[in-house]
Amino acid sequence: MKHARIAWAGAIHEAVESDGELLLTRSPWAGKRLKFDEVVWLPPLAPVPQARTILALGLNYADHAKELAFKAPEEPLVFVKGEASLIGHKAITRRPQGVTYMHYECELAVVIGRKAKNVKKENAYDYVGGYTVANDYAIRDYLENWYRPNFRVKNRDTCTPIGPWLVDAKDIHDKYGSPMNLSLQTTVNGQVTQSGHTRDMIFDVPTLIEYFSAFMTLQPGDLILTGTPDGVVNCNVGDVIVTRIEGVGELINTLGE
Amino acid sequence: MSKMNPNLDSDTRFWPQGTVYGALLNFQQEWNLRAPQMNEAPHKGAPKAPVLFIKTANTFTASGDSIAIPSAVADVDIGANLAWVFGPDAKPVACVLVNDVSIPHESYYRPPVKFKCVDGFLGVGAKALAIAQVKTDAVVITVKVNGQVVQRVNYADTVRKSQTLLSDISEFMTFQEGDVLLLGSDCLPDGKRPRAKVGDVVEISAEGFDTLVNTFVGGAA
Repeated sequence: MKHARIAWAGAIHEAVESDGELLLTRSPWAGKRLKFDEVVWLPPLAPVPQARTILALGLNYADHAKELAFKAPEEPLVFVKGEASLIGHKAITRRPQGVTYMHYECELAVVIGRKAKNVKKENAYDYVGGYTVANDYAIRDYLENWYRPNFRVKNRDTCTPIGPWLVDAKDIHDKYGSPMNLSLQTTVNGQVTQSGHTRDMIFDVPTLIEYFSAFMTLQPGDLILTGTPDGVVNCNVGDVIVTRIEGVGELINTLGE
Repeated sequence: MSKMNPNLDSDTRFWPQGTVYGALLNFQQEWNLRAPQMNEAPHKGAPKAPVLFIKTANTFTASGDSIAIPSAVADVDIGANLAWVFGPDAKPVACVLVNDVSIPHESYYRPPVKFKCVDGFLGVGAKALAIAQVKTDAVVITVKVNGQVVQRVNYADTVRKSQTLLSDISEFMTFQEGDVLLLGSDCLPDGKRPRAKVGDVVEISAEGFDTLVNTFVGGAA
């Protein structure tokens, strides 16, 4: 099932995808159907009792590492993001004035489904609740070689669109075998600029869950953004960027002033 | 979900509700020690924007509780910090003492997740003080290990005074109600931080604050 979190009629609602529409699932609107363009899309993540941990991978596709002139890492290159950087589907991301190189990053986002500590690769998928699409924007003008990628590049307000759907892990596993078998694509104003495949990740999803859970306990709702493949280009104000992952969804974002 | 914070009510234990950010290299002593190498690879220049990190929620440990040192390391860095707690409008409303525990690491090139986001690695003071009660840039923290003073940290010695730090960070991100910002931990004259090993009791205190106490234990994988 594909789950969404939306704002409509003055309140926030849980919904699921049903025959190309949103079906609200809870009282007082349970059963109500809405068109996709009637609502405001929020990140498809239920609220959590304390700060959500958002881990993000750099250089996790061999081709992208090469594109950025880095040799492939020997252990995951990970950074952390604050929850406040997340925005939903069909939202506006702000491009600062005067920057020369701001690019999208289409990424498979893993949403943890249950508390995970010292998980082994073989069991890792048992701890995944679902998958969604993230666009982990970066502004290369601000890169500095201190705790790189630094927060001014990667933890900016509005710079992490995520959604539209949280797709149940079981649906992906049943249909595709695993999340390591999905194509990724980004278009800018309708032109394909990035094409990749999750099988080309250097550290696959089970490896990442084993790696992180060896030293940190992950909670339901925590996120792992698994990195982006080759093909990032500068985008400008007004550009419409669509990041899509096979079976997971198509996340639309527009750059604004 | 209530983000009512900072638990100023004297009966309520402070606990971070939002994201906990920290500032690196915010003491003049550490900056000066590292300055000669800042232009060399891999840094190729002194940092311009504040250098930040996040202490994830799995790190939070209450005062009085123990912190486990991973079996693979001999000891850990003690990072005594004064931290701001944010209210609405991205303004700080309270202060709290924390211990930003880290596995010692020389390099500041890559994000320190495996060094700083280990389970239990943030000791959190039991009480937050209203910001009006604290002169942030004049706070002096005393760090004791097993009763012996090992460090005094004076916030008069920061690179960015608190309001400048906030202003420089706010250029690109907005603090949410309940978020926390660690204002920096100083090193010792040799560039290292005080260390804690299994069995040590670490106390972090400052005038007006409840002392933050954590015992370090072994046994973590």
